[in-house]
This record gives sequence, structure tokens and C-alpha cells, in this order.
Amino acid sequence: MIDVQHLTKRYGQHMALDGVSFSVNAGEVVGFLGPNGAGKSTTMRILTTFMAATSGTARVGGDCVFEQPDRVRERIGYMPENNPLPLDLRVADYLGFRAELKRLAKRETVGRVSEVMEQCGIADVAKRFIGQLSRGYRQRVGMADALLAKPELIVLDEPTSGLDPNQVRSVRRLIRELAGEHTVLISSHILSEIEMTCDRVIILHEGRLLASGALNDLMAKANATVTAEVQAPLPEVQQWAAELALGQAEIAGQPDGYVRCQFAGAIDGSARERIFAAANERGWTLRELSRKAPSLEDLFVSLTQEKEEPQ
Amino acid sequence: MNVFRALVRRELSAFFQGPTGFIIIAAVMFLIGLGFLVVLSGLNGEATPMPVTQVFYGTYFFWVILLLIAPVITMRSFAMERASGTYESLMTAPVGDWQVVLSKFAGALIFYMILWVPLLICSVVVRFYVGESAVLGLGTMFTSALGILMVGCLYMSIGCFASALTRNQAVAAVSGFALGAALFFTGFFSYFAGDRTDWLSQLARHISLANHMESFTRGVIDLGAIVFFLSLTGLFLYLTHKVVESRRWK
Repeated sequence: MIDVQHLTKRYGQHMALDGVSFSVNAGEVVGFLGPNGAGKSTTMRILTTFMAATSGTARVGGDCVFEQPDRVRERIGYMPENNPLPLDLRVADYLGFRAELKRLAKRETVGRVSEVMEQCGIADVAKRFIGQLSRGYRQRVGMADALLAKPELIVLDEPTSGLDPNQVRSVRRLIRELAGEHTVLISSHILSEIEMTCDRVIILHEGRLLASGALNDLMAKANATVTAEVQAPLPEVQQWAAELALGQAEIAGQPDGYVRCQFAGAIDGSARERIFAAANERGWTLRELSRKAPSLEDLFVSLTQEKEEPQ
Repeated sequence: MNVFRALVRRELSAFFQGPTGFIIIAAVMFLIGLGFLVVLSGLNGEATPMPVTQVFYGTYFFWVILLLIAPVITMRSFAMERASGTYESLMTAPVGDWQVVLSKFAGALIFYMILWVPLLICSVVVRFYVGESAVLGLGTMFTSALGILMVGCLYMSIGCFASALTRNQAVAAVSGFALGAALFFTGFFSYFAGDRTDWLSQLARHISLANHMESFTRGVIDLGAIVFFLSLTGLFLYLTHKVVESRRWK
């Protein structure tokens, strides 16, 4: 659905995007993740034909965004950052106007407008002026607009920013409902956001692509920690840990005679089995054996540090 | 075509959703009324050798209205969309750059023509009380309207151009006013030209908006003037389109 190759965007001296390449398959829900200023909005603006890139190519559904912007625009539903809306229009009138711009047939328009209003939970404010609506409602009006023409690709820039927890939850539910029928690209700087809604993440940092892939695969790369507590003399445990060679080991004796080992770093899935077998072999009592999964925060920190260290 | 109609409708409705449109209409009605009063007191019982349209035009209220009001009509067209961010959702909908430029221009022009409806009513009043068709013939009324339309095309295109350059409506209004006023006052050089026939004097006469407009109010359709207004309008619309397009090559 989306194919981006070596995309670069320069604003004067500042490199907003620096050779970013990625692709998105039809039907996927993909999250753009990165701190503010990472280049998420810039990428989205290029993909939606609002801006041109300095160099590189981008295709949506096979059409180049620079050469065939009209065909790309017909394929996308886009909610820009901060969800700008004309405040002087009523909700239903605004969606009717947008439906005309998106060339919906006259016969379909009324039905489709009420359909998306129902879907986004704004049917009860259809006659209200957009300027009178709360932020949560406005956000859903923006999403309704993005859905209006049943586009193949839906691009939502920070769809949940500035919403209260209940509103965030309802927007998330809506995004999950869109999966399958549409390809969805959302951006966020909130990690848990992406974690809950996306199959795949693309992590941007200072205009570069840090990582891209299924969430589980990326997580496997991030540092998990395995903790084991065994009853044995400290020097023996130290030797045992060195033999196991499970990343960085942190070993500390406990006051009650147990030794606590924490293994961090590159740990594979079978670490716990090996620890258990080794302890069993030596006849040690094993009191605790646990694995702490990395959070997306850990992943992000480890990825950004990896990039910074060589400098 | 449906898209274009929807865009023009949106432009026009924007004037009437808030107080802006009504304030402009009220201001113009006041100025037209004042001009009409001056014309009436001037005519008071005396015979005049020229058509009433030319008398009204001679009061210069026309130019005051045009120079002051035109930038106010067009200032919001692009600047407001940019400031509020709706420009982004507009330009990523399946609409072409030319459609957007022409619809903003058409919306402003239609609103501008609505502003002159009170003048038509004044003319009807004059015709009704004078009862003499020679004073205010349908022909001169038509050519005057054509002149008003031509000048409107030019000033709306200038205003759209000024508005496309900025996201600040006040800046758009002031720069639109400056461009419009500069063009108008350059025409005054034709007064110095007199009857001379050197190229500079001819040029001065040719770019004098006041000269062109005067022939329209006399009942003359000057093809040269029409070409002049339409080509300048085309130029400014082309420049506006370039500015709109520039976001894709900056």
C-alpha cells in the first residue's frame, strides 16, 4: 500500500527526514513512533501529497505522490496534526461539504454522512456548530471526515493527543475497528498508544528510521531481564553464572543465605529452562525464577542509545 | 464541477456564517448612500450633460469603496485557512490547486457583486423620479456594471494573491490594499501626460484604471480596457496559483 524509498526533507539547514525507507502492506495498522520533531508529521504530509520531499520517492497504492497527487488523494483519508476544522460550520454540514469534495455521489452522501457519524459516535451533535464542541468530539469529527470516502489508506496524525482517558479509549477502539478493512497509519509519541493499537511500528528519531517491524520481533531485541534466586555459596554462584554466559549478570548475596542473580541484555527464550536445569543439577534450591518483559519504553531507550553511543 | 460549486458555496457561506459579511455590506451601503446623496444634491434641479452613472463615478466614492473594501473581502481567503490549519485538509482532499484558487476568487467576486446591489436600487430610484430614460439609460447602466465587474475581477485577484502569501489576515489586507492602491495611483500619471503622444504618456493612459472606468460609465465598451483588466486578473490568478503550488516545491 505504501512504499517509501530514501525519503529526505530539508527545511533550510535542518534535516527533517534523512533517507527514510519503509513499506506498509494493505490492511495493516502501522504506528509511527518517535519523540516530537522526529519527522512523523513531515512523513505524513509527504505521503498525503501536502508537501513534496527534497529527494526520494513515495508511492501510495502504486501511484507516486509527486507525479500523481490526484490519484493518491482519492485513496487517502487524512486527519492532520491538531485536527483543524472550520469552527463556523455544523457537524453534518461540514461532513456534507467534505463528501462533495471527495466526489461522493449525491445519492450516497446523506446516507454515508450519517453512517460515519454513527460509527464515530457524533450522531447526537450533528446539528451543533463545530466551534461549540469539546475536543473529544472534534477529534471524532476529524476521524469521521477521514473515513468518509471509505479510503484504502487512513492517515491519522496524533489522533489521541489532548484527549482525556475515556476519550482516548474510545478513539483507540475506533482505530482497532478500522483494521482489516483499511490500511491505517497513525503517529504518536506515546508508546503505550501504539502498543495497544498497532500490528507493526516504525520508529523514527531525528529524521532517521531507527527500527521497523512487528512489535513482538522488536520487543525480542529489547533487553529482557531474568531474575533467579538460589540457595548456594556466593563464589559458586558467580562461577555458575559465568558458565551460563547469559548477558550481563548482577549477583548479590541476600541476608538469608540466598543469592539473587539478575541477567540482562541479550537473553534468548530458553534462558529460564537453562537456569532451572543448572540449579537442579547442582541440587540448589531455586526460590524465584522470573522474566520481566521489556516495555516499549525500554525498547525506545535502548534503540536511541545504541545510535548515540558510537559518536 | 460539483467540487468547484461546493468550494464556491463554502467561500460564500463563510462570509455569512459570522458577522464579517454583514459588516462589509453595512459599510458599503453607508458609502453608496453617501455617494448617492452627493450626486442627488449636485443634480438638484439642474440639467447635466453626462449620464448619472458618470456623475456618481465622478464623486470618487467608487474608488474609496473599492480600495478599502476589496482587501477586506479577500483577506481571509487563504490566510485564514492557513492560520487555522484547514488548508492542509483542503489541499489533501482530491481537489486541484486551480480549483481552489478559482473558487476562492469566484466566491470573493460574487460577494463583491452582491455589494453593489444597493447601487442598482439607487439607480432605479433615480430613473423612477426623473422619468427620463436618457438620464440613466439601460445601456450606460449595463456598461457601468461591466466596468464594476472588470475592476472587481482585478482587485479580487490582487487580494487573493496577497492572502495566499501569508497566514496573517491583517498582513493580507494591508498588502492587498498597498498593491491595489499602488496600481490605482500609478494611473494618475496619465494626468501629467496630457495630450502628448510619446510612449510613456501612452503607457500612463493605458494603465490608468480611472480612465478605463470612466469610459465604462459613459456607456462605452472599450475592448482594450476589457483586455487590460482580464489579462491583469489572469496574471494575478496565475501568481496566486504559483504561490499555492509552491508548498510542493519548497
